[in-house]
Amino acid sequence: MNNNNLPTWINVLVLPLLNLILAFAIAGLVFIAIDVDPVEAARLIIEGALGYEEGIGYTLYYATNFIFTGLAVAIAFSAGLFNIGGEGQAYIGGLGTGLVCLALDASMPFWILFPLSMLGGMLFGALWAFIPAYLQAYRGSHVVITTIMFNFIASSLMVYLMVNVLKPEGQMSAVSRLLEESARLPFIHDMFGWVGIELEQSPLNASFLIALAALVFVWALLWRTRWGFAIRALGASPSATNYGGINPKRLTVIVMLISGAMAGLLGMNEITGYSHQLRLDFVAGYGFTGIAVALIGRGHPIGILFASILFGVLFQGGNELAFEYDNIDREMVVVVQALVVLFSGALAMMLVNPVTKIYQAVSSRQAKEA
Amino acid sequence: MFDTVILLLDSTLRISTPLLLLALAGLFSERSGVVNIALEGKLLASAFAAATAAYWSNSVWIGLLAGIVVGVITAMIHGFASITHKGDQIVSGTAINMLAAGLTIALGRYWFEMGGQTPALVGDQRFTGITLPFADALADVPLIGSLYSTLLSGHNLLVYSAFALVPISWWILQRTRFGLRLRAVGENPHSVDTAGISVTWMRYRALMIAGVLAGIAGAYLSTAHAAGFVPNMSAGKGFIALAALIFGKWRPVTVMFGCLLFGLLDALAVRLQGVELPVIGEVPVQAIEVLPYVLTVLLLAGFIGKAVGPKAVGTPYEKSR
Repeated sequence: MNNNNLPTWINVLVLPLLNLILAFAIAGLVFIAIDVDPVEAARLIIEGALGYEEGIGYTLYYATNFIFTGLAVAIAFSAGLFNIGGEGQAYIGGLGTGLVCLALDASMPFWILFPLSMLGGMLFGALWAFIPAYLQAYRGSHVVITTIMFNFIASSLMVYLMVNVLKPEGQMSAVSRLLEESARLPFIHDMFGWVGIELEQSPLNASFLIALAALVFVWALLWRTRWGFAIRALGASPSATNYGGINPKRLTVIVMLISGAMAGLLGMNEITGYSHQLRLDFVAGYGFTGIAVALIGRGHPIGILFASILFGVLFQGGNELAFEYDNIDREMVVVVQALVVLFSGALAMMLVNPVTKIYQAVSSRQAKEA
Repeated sequence: MFDTVILLLDSTLRISTPLLLLALAGLFSERSGVVNIALEGKLLASAFAAATAAYWSNSVWIGLLAGIVVGVITAMIHGFASITHKGDQIVSGTAINMLAAGLTIALGRYWFEMGGQTPALVGDQRFTGITLPFADALADVPLIGSLYSTLLSGHNLLVYSAFALVPISWWILQRTRFGLRLRAVGENPHSVDTAGISVTWMRYRALMIAGVLAGIAGAYLSTAHAAGFVPNMSAGKGFIALAALIFGKWRPVTVMFGCLLFGLLDALAVRLQGVELPVIGEVPVQAIEVLPYVLTVLLLAGFIGKAVGPKAVGTPYEKSR
C-alpha cells in the first residue's frame, strides 16, 4: 500500500486520520440533513460513551467484539485474503461456545468449562472458515463469494437450530435456556469487587482481557514468528512464497482457520460474558464492523485496538443519541461506519496525490530556507 | 394439482423479476471487470427512493425514475472509488451496502416517522398488473386458459420488461461493438487500452447500465411487488442475484434460468411451510431458503460444472509503464 514517496508517519498517521475526518465530515452533513446539530450529536456521543463509568463499560464491551472480528479480518487480509465471512464465523463460533456450555454447565466447574467453551467457539468459527478456505486454496473458488454465501448459510442454520432444537419446550421466543453460573464469565465490576473496588455495573466482562491477549497473540504471530513472516509474504506476493519453500495452499487454509477462530471468540463476550444464553442474531453486524475496524487499524493490532475503541464509542454513544432524539436510531451509526469503510478503505488512496504535493512543496521550501 | 403448479410458477415469475434485473446489472458490471457485491445496497437504496418519490409525487413513474437515478448515483460512487481511485472493489461494495442499509432507515424515520417505513402506496403510486389481450375470454378454457390468463397475463410492466431485457442484454453484449469492447475490458483491459479505447470510460458506462437496472429492480420491489418500503426489504436478494449471476456463468440466458430456479425455490419455501411430504416428512423452510447459497458454493467448487468469471474482474486497471 505504501508505494508512494511519503514518510512513514504521514502514511501511518496523517492519511488515515484525514480519511477519517472526511468520513466524519460527510456524516455531519447527513446529521444536518435530518435536522440534528452535528456538534451537539458528537458531544452526546462522546459523553454517552466516555462520560460516565457505565458508559465506558458499554463502550469497552462493544470494543471487545470489534477486536475479535477486526483481528479476524486483519489476519486474513495480511495474507491477501478478504474474509468477508466474519459474521457467519462469529455466529457459528457462538454456537460452539453455547453448545459446550449447554452440554456441560451442570456438571463442570468454571475453570474447566471456561477453556472448553472458548475452544468450542474457536473450533466452530475455524470450521466455518475452513470450507471457504479449502475451496479457495484447492479448488480455486473465490473466498469472498464463498464466505458471503456461508454468512447466509450460517444464518439459516441458526434459525433452524434455535427454533427447532435449542429452544426449550413451551417457550415462545427463540432463545436457549439460561446458562448455569459455572458457564458465566465474571463481569469486570465483579472482578474489581473482589479486591474491594466498587464499579458501576456494566456488561463489560473478562472477555475484554482475552481480547487484549488476542491482540498481543496476533502481533507476536505476525511479526515475531516465521509463520507470520510467511503469512505476510503470501499477502505481498503469492508467487514469491512458492520459491520460499512455503506451500501457499496450506498457508491459506491455516490463515483462514486462525481468522475464523478469532471471529468465533465473539461468542464468549456475547454468550458466556453477557446474555448467558444463545439467542438469534447475537452477532448483529459485528462481523461487518470488523472490516471497518481492520481498515482503519491498518491491519496492525495497535491500530485495531484504537479502531475498536472508536467503534465502541460510536456504538455506545449512538445508543445514547438514539435515546435523546426520537428521530434517530442506531442506524446512524451504520451510516458513519459505512462512510468510514468508504473513505478509509475504498478511497484510501484518494488523498495520496494531494498530500504528496503538499508534502513536497513544504519540504522543498524547508530545503531552500536551510 | 395443475392449478397449484400454475400458482407456484406465477409467484416464481414475480419473485424472479428483481433477481433477474439485479443479476443483469451484475452481468454488465462484472463483464466489464468490476465486481458488484454492492447489488444489495443498490437495490435497497433504489427501493427506498422509488417508494418515497412515488408517494410524494403520486406517480409511480416518478418513483421509477427516482429509483433509477439513485441506482445510478450509487453505481457512480462505486465507480469513483473502484475505477477512478483504484480502490478495492469489494471494500467499496461493502461500504455501499452498509450505507444503503443505514441511510434508508435514517432518512425514512426522519421523513415519515414510521420506524423507517414509507406510508402504504395506493392507486397511481403503484405498478399494477396488465391483463393481456383475451386473457379473460380464455380463462375458462382448460389448461391453456389458466396457463395464459394466470401465469402469463396479469403481471405488471416491470415483470415483462425484465424478461424482455434478457435477449436485449444478450444482443448488446454479443452483437454490438459496445458489447464486444465491454467484454474485452473485463477480459484483457490492456489490449483494449492499446487499441485506444478508454478502460475507465467503458467501465463507467457498464456501471451506469448496472445502476439503471438495479434502480428498476428497486422500484419493482417497493412499488410493484410490495406497496411501500420496509427497512431491509432487500433481505439478501442482492446476494441471491449475485449467486444467480455466478450460477449462470455470466451469460444472460443461463443467468435468467438461474434466477428462475432461485425464484422457484423461494416460492416453494413459502408453499412448503408446515407441509408434510411423503417419505421425507416436513422440510424445514430454512433448508430450502439456503439452497441457492449452497448450490453456488458447490458450483464455485467445481462440483457441478465450473464457473469461470471474466479474467480481469476485481482488479483495478493500472496502465503499465
